[in-house]
Amino acid sequence: MPLWQTRTNTFGDVPQSQLYAHRLDMGYYTSYYSYGLPTFLIIVIALYLLFTDSGEAFNVGRFLEETSPYAWAGTGIGLCIGLSVLGAGWGIMVTGSSILGGGVRSPRITTKNLISIIFCEVVAIYGVIIGIVYSAKIQPVPEHLLYTPQNYFTGYALFWGGLTVGVCNLLCGIAVGITGSTAALADAADPNLFVKILVVEVFGSIMGLFGLIVGLLMVSAAEDFKAQASIVANVAGAIASPYVH
Amino acid sequence: MEALFFNANTGFLEGIVRGFKAGILTQSQYANLTQCETLEDFRTQLSATDYGNFLANEPLPISTSTISDKATQLLVDQFNYLRTNAVEPLSKFLDYITYAYMIDNVVLLITGTLHERDTHELLDRCHPLGVFDTMPALCVATNVEELFQSVLVETPLAPYFRDCLSASDLDDLNIEIIRNTVYKAYLEDFYHFCCTLGSPTSDVMHKILSFEADRRTINITINSFNTELSKEQRAKLFPAIGRLFPEGNNQLAKADDIDQVRQICENVSEYRAFFSSDSSRANGVGDDFGVTASQLEDHFFQTEVHLNKQAFLQQFQYGVFYSYMKLKEQEIRNLTWIAECIAQDAKDRIQDFIPIF
Repeated sequence: MPLWQTRTNTFGDVPQSQLYAHRLDMGYYTSYYSYGLPTFLIIVIALYLLFTDSGEAFNVGRFLEETSPYAWAGTGIGLCIGLSVLGAGWGIMVTGSSILGGGVRSPRITTKNLISIIFCEVVAIYGVIIGIVYSAKIQPVPEHLLYTPQNYFTGYALFWGGLTVGVCNLLCGIAVGITGSTAALADAADPNLFVKILVVEVFGSIMGLFGLIVGLLMVSAAEDFKAQASIVANVAGAIASPYVH
Repeated sequence: MEALFFNANTGFLEGIVRGFKAGILTQSQYANLTQCETLEDFRTQLSATDYGNFLANEPLPISTSTISDKATQLLVDQFNYLRTNAVEPLSKFLDYITYAYMIDNVVLLITGTLHERDTHELLDRCHPLGVFDTMPALCVATNVEELFQSVLVETPLAPYFRDCLSASDLDDLNIEIIRNTVYKAYLEDFYHFCCTLGSPTSDVMHKILSFEADRRTINITINSFNTELSKEQRAKLFPAIGRLFPEGNNQLAKADDIDQVRQICENVSEYRAFFSSDSSRANGVGDDFGVTASQLEDHFFQTEVHLNKQAFLQQFQYGVFYSYMKLKEQEIRNLTWIAECIAQDAKDRIQDFIPIF
């Protein structure tokens, strides 16, 4: 038999590739619509704004200057605690369901593997600590005295610091959760494996601590929100950002 | 990525099935079982394992078939526990496992009807995993034609049967052809269903199902030597998946003796060992053929156990459910073998089972 014939199913009625071709087609069309349509709309709107002389509507600098530092700070703290709790909860979900299942035949693992749950919980506590530290920086300041370079800096520092801590803790929580689930099932199968996998889990859990440390360092130079020292400076500040009135 | 969401629906059941797997008999337990002098000893030894006192209420002269039936019943109970707790897509996956038994049951019913046996007594002989709600309805069929129609309407197997059944030409050879055609359709469908489940499941299951397909292909080829099955018919029974597909399948369809089969299987390194130990005898005359076939069968079982054990090395995938069922089935075969050897006092062959862990 020549080689070119071997790839086709010479005995069946329909080649394999045709039988299952429709499944592939469906996948392609779905991704065309879900990715292609939004991209197309965005391009159309952007070109419309550009050619009708209103390209200035996308003004990043203006957006940054007009946004209140309080908004940045609040969003940062929210992301920090929110993402941390999401990571911790996710980890506990992954670990907990495995402990429940594995614990049916080997009940001894339930107490020992509570440590995996605690590791996940710690991740949420990191988020709470950072959230408390950050919210101490928020002080009420009258709006017309708010827009100083110092306050801008505090706002940005809180936002990006919060985001750093949140994302670190989210990924850390997932990592600890998956390792914890493996630890539970491994422990159920062979008690000798528990300590070995626990070491892996500890290293995963340390990554959240890195996020906590960096998050603290990022705001160490940022002062609390405070009002402008004098009216003269206030005028200077207003000149510095022409969009704030 | 599968680890992120798998446990939301299936983490509990995976833990359960891994717990079940920890109850599979070990080498030392097998060693104890093979030391037994009587089946009562055998029962006492078994009660120290995860089987517990499942034979406690049986009247004393225990038959080997009782042991096998009761052990199967335990497995079925475990399976039903998993099945009732499962949600999509695991429930569908578990259903696919039962389809294999359903095919056997339906074929058994067809054979019974063909030979005009009482189908109600056949129902007791059906595998309990392959029982479906409407199976008693199949028994009202008095001739093959009716049975045939009700299979197409009542069972989840209809898509597999649709292509291959024609009630007109049912005889014993054709029933085997039907069984194999249906099983081929089932294997291919299961294989492609596993594709839709995504990476870790499909990786694990493809290995196992490919081997299963190759095993059937080789068995069909060997069993069709010196029968009236033509080579075209034979080729139609080969599943279109597996590691021998397509080149090996095409060559196997043309093979005339076991030596050619051996040569074709040499192309896959894992299958090389199947024939190597007995290749010297395979060249001989017909007497050795039976020995070769049984050795080959043992090799197949060993490889199946090996592949199924490997499925447990990967977490967050559905393959463990399939593998657990297969391993447990092998264990029941082992128990039956040991019990049979004890009952018939054939101690020299008692070690011929296939250990799992």
